[in-house]
Amino acid sequence: MSPIGSILKEEHKVGVDTSHRTLLYIENVTVTFDGFKALDDLSLYVDDGALHCIIGPNGAGKTTLLDVITGRTRPDRGKITFGQWMELIGRREDQIARMGIGRKFQKPTVFENHTLFENLELALKTDKRVWNSLFGQLSRGDRERIDEVVELIGLKDHLSHRAGLLSHGQKQWLEIGMLLMQSPQLLLVDEPVAGMTPAEVAHSAELLTSLAGRHTVVVVEHDMAFVRSIAQRVTVLHEGRVLAEGSMDNVQNDPKVVEVYLGE
Amino acid sequence: MLKHIVKIQSQRQWVGTAAAAGLILLLVPLLNQFIAPDSFLHLPDYMVILLGKFLCYAMVAVAIDLIWGFTGILSLGHGVFFALGGYAMGMHLMRAMAGQGVYRSNLPDFMVFLDWHELPWFWQGFDMFWFALLMIVLVPAVLALVVGFFAFRSRITGVYFSILTQAMTYALMLLFFRNNTGFGGNNGLTDFKTLLGFSLQSPGTKLGLCMLSGVFLLIFYLICRFMTASKLGRVITAIRDAESRVQFSGYNSLYYKLFVWTLSAVICAIAGALYVPQVGIINPSEMAPANSIEMAIWVAVGGRGTLTGAIAGSFLVNGAKSWFTVAAPEMWLYFLGFLFILTTLFLPQGFIKMGGPLMHLCRRWAAWQKSRLDSHQKTAKSVPVRTSSER
Repeated sequence: MSPIGSILKEEHKVGVDTSHRTLLYIENVTVTFDGFKALDDLSLYVDDGALHCIIGPNGAGKTTLLDVITGRTRPDRGKITFGQWMELIGRREDQIARMGIGRKFQKPTVFENHTLFENLELALKTDKRVWNSLFGQLSRGDRERIDEVVELIGLKDHLSHRAGLLSHGQKQWLEIGMLLMQSPQLLLVDEPVAGMTPAEVAHSAELLTSLAGRHTVVVVEHDMAFVRSIAQRVTVLHEGRVLAEGSMDNVQNDPKVVEVYLGE
Repeated sequence: MLKHIVKIQSQRQWVGTAAAAGLILLLVPLLNQFIAPDSFLHLPDYMVILLGKFLCYAMVAVAIDLIWGFTGILSLGHGVFFALGGYAMGMHLMRAMAGQGVYRSNLPDFMVFLDWHELPWFWQGFDMFWFALLMIVLVPAVLALVVGFFAFRSRITGVYFSILTQAMTYALMLLFFRNNTGFGGNNGLTDFKTLLGFSLQSPGTKLGLCMLSGVFLLIFYLICRFMTASKLGRVITAIRDAESRVQFSGYNSLYYKLFVWTLSAVICAIAGALYVPQVGIINPSEMAPANSIEMAIWVAVGGRGTLTGAIAGSFLVNGAKSWFTVAAPEMWLYFLGFLFILTTLFLPQGFIKMGGPLMHLCRRWAAWQKSRLDSHQKTAKSVPVRTSSER
């Protein structure tokens, strides 16, 4: 816990207005693809500092929801507010990323031809315009931060290796490390333990729980055991709607949920 | 700042760069001007012209490598930028010889031939050299910005972008072929006399232009090295490899692509402007779609994503072309096709990375030899052992 604290305590002071203790408001969002309703009038609230899990069967709209929040898909209707007043809909992916929302993809996406150091350097929160990239240099503080994050994700020995040489699980952690370099207030993590060994799953659970509190973390996941081990709050999606919400125990005993998902 | 500039390439690469620059800027004029023509060391004038052309092609290769090799955007329309730079220079050369044409008119000969009596508005100003220089950079830059902006904003990538650029070069070629467009139709602009008062027929001017091309190649090479060694270089290769991750990391990839694409177009245009006074003609065939494809092949053959590879590739392919067009002109396209297939199948990294596969083959051969030797010895020894154990 302590290394994370030292990195992250500064960031939380800045950022969006969370005076009402809710960081993300998703209200009445509808997305249709060729007449198919991927999200159907969905409303969801994410508390500041929470570790919020979203589960649901295939096609429930989990990834679409992340696409809408991060600006990749534009909804037909609805409103998404980050903090008290920042509207997200209509902004580009890179603008939303700079506002402090980091996203990890389902399939680990890192820069395979770059070293780990360069991957983290590229993700670093800084002026990301063309001119600064051309003439800017890393400060000593930037380098220290890269060192801290790489230690946190446990890949210190690989710092000068090409990211393409990492194992599947290590790429997932590197991607989470890249999100941390962005100093985001909200982390959206899509299936972080898909294809991981049990030991790797345990490490990931530890990593994500340690991030909650300092960051708000939203995890979309299939793996029920993993969700049970980390979640404070669970939302079950089904056919683009919220089916149930609450603690893991409440949700698991909900007859509707048992019918569509857990009972399978 | 100086420290960062020194660090853009390794010491060995600096030595190589200095050697290449010395070769072109010192040795070539020495061998051409100060060695007696009957000596076998003498560099004949036609070789100087050829070298000057190749240096312009090498600039084009660097430009294409920047946008294709590093940013992953395959342009098959760089011939347009090359030709536009060439036309802007050609227009100045035509205006500089006003009154010295066949018809002794103040207008370029082709306008007299078309029975035009006034200079069209878009020819105004080209009698001034500085204006022509401005246009050499500005016209291709604006075209690249506009095409790039709409294409990249609509997220047109990969083969669709390549087709788009082919269409662009083809459309402009057809436009320039028309006599009424006002650039000399299919004959283009030719018969130039002087550039800034220097006769374009004199070998001294040709040598000067060749060396100037060398200087520009050196400058562009170093600019590109600086870019690719900076964080911008890492961002553009990241765009090539995983663009969505770049965007979700907070970079607006549109501006990065637009910057590199436009810079690449400008480099290409300057190469075209240096090329035209050396060859003495510019016509719309420079914009033929096949021309732009050939430019991309130079880079593919030499090695994408390595600046020296692109330069080497342009020299290699164009050298072969010069040789073939003399020795066996009808075989040239077959050879080019063969070379391209060979590169794609066996040297996807280009000739510059041939060292790796060659070493691999050598090692394989050595290992095979060794194993053959070993098995030979083993069978010789093991026969009695096996019989004893069976017994």
